[in-house]
Amino acid sequence: MASMRDIKRRRSSIQSTQQITKAMKLVSTVKLQRARAGAERSKSYFQCMYDTMNSILARVGAVEHKYLKSGKTGKKAVILVTSNRGLAGGYNNNVAKLITRHETWKPEDLLIYAIGNKGREILHRSGYEIKEELHEVIEAPTYADAMLLTERLLQSFEAGEISEIYLAYTEFKNTVSLIPTLLKLLPVDRTEDEYGAGVLGEQDKKSSLTVEKTEDYSAPMNFEPADEEALDLIIPKYIACLIYGGLVEALASENGARMQAMDNATNNAAELIDDLELLYNRARQGSITQELTEIIAGANAIQ
Amino acid sequence: MSDEKKEYQLHIVTPERVFYEGPVEMVEFNTTEGQIGVLPGHIPMTVIVAPGILKITEEEGTKEAALHAGFAEILPDRITILAEIIEWPDEIDENRAEAALQRARERLENRDAQTDWARAETALQRAIARIEVLKK
Repeated sequence: MASMRDIKRRRSSIQSTQQITKAMKLVSTVKLQRARAGAERSKSYFQCMYDTMNSILARVGAVEHKYLKSGKTGKKAVILVTSNRGLAGGYNNNVAKLITRHETWKPEDLLIYAIGNKGREILHRSGYEIKEELHEVIEAPTYADAMLLTERLLQSFEAGEISEIYLAYTEFKNTVSLIPTLLKLLPVDRTEDEYGAGVLGEQDKKSSLTVEKTEDYSAPMNFEPADEEALDLIIPKYIACLIYGGLVEALASENGARMQAMDNATNNAAELIDDLELLYNRARQGSITQELTEIIAGANAIQ
Repeated sequence: MSDEKKEYQLHIVTPERVFYEGPVEMVEFNTTEGQIGVLPGHIPMTVIVAPGILKITEEEGTKEAALHAGFAEILPDRITILAEIIEWPDEIDENRAEAALQRARERLENRDAQTDWARAETALQRAIARIEVLKK
């Protein structure tokens, strides 16, 4: 059995670790609340954006447009949203797995736009090409960041350097269910609805944003400028909007994941401390018994 | 259309916040096709915003803001502006706007082959819109 002093030292070390994990949990709880409020605030924007995109796509039907078909040449661009710091359980690994375990994607076909250092580390190790690193963005996502990134991506897309654009992030359902999600940004996916008009693909934002139908007006919607030109202008905004949404949700997810991981760590530490307490008491009792036996034996020897 | 109705709902949302919400009598702003003013009972229309001043006419008076990018969905009884960038006058830093104006002008004057024209042009328009709003 370990000596009393060893057990005591071990216990106090676990106790201080527990204090740290507890503090980290509190910090991420606060950050989570803030991130969630941010996600709430941007919801109405996404709602309108989604509705508008749908109504435009439904109107233009099967139009040929550069953003609606994938490029022939070039690699696939993947925006990977992870955290800069660890200690968030499986959060970063789960997102990275979307890419490393993808059925058809090979490392040499992909260009990674890494937002968050942890994801970059994981993919860099497995030999993926990192095109851009934007780690500071995830600390406090702004719409301007998303816009600038969209601009660069669309330039590469039009130049034929990339053929498709994906966004890998973690969807925030609630604190206990965080879902790693791969979203196709470009070309804009359309599925035919029952009237044969194009609408946005299944995988779109409606998972977390409930989409309510806007009422039908007798007069149809007009576009100024005309439909196709409007697509030129609105699709970049739509993509920036999705990227921003991904960033905001990822931030909430990160803090949710960290909060959970730290909660588990705190509980595990409490369990360990209980076990050590028992061991310590047993050792203490053992040493007292031993001392008593020795004293009695000594006294007997004198008589 | 509805002659008696003098007010309709205006919603201005940005990705980061709800900028304005409430009944208004008229909204004026710049679009890619030119300036428009929207009164109640307008036909449904979606327009793309160009940098400029947004003027909101309420019952008690008018309000102005610098609106830079986004698009607007106009319906007979409401108008929703999805603004990427929009600012109230008191949120604008005058010195920064002046500096940006200067920079954009210079860039447009030095006819450099590398100049990104479209970009410099929008930067100029934005700076002008900001300063205009401040002056009023």
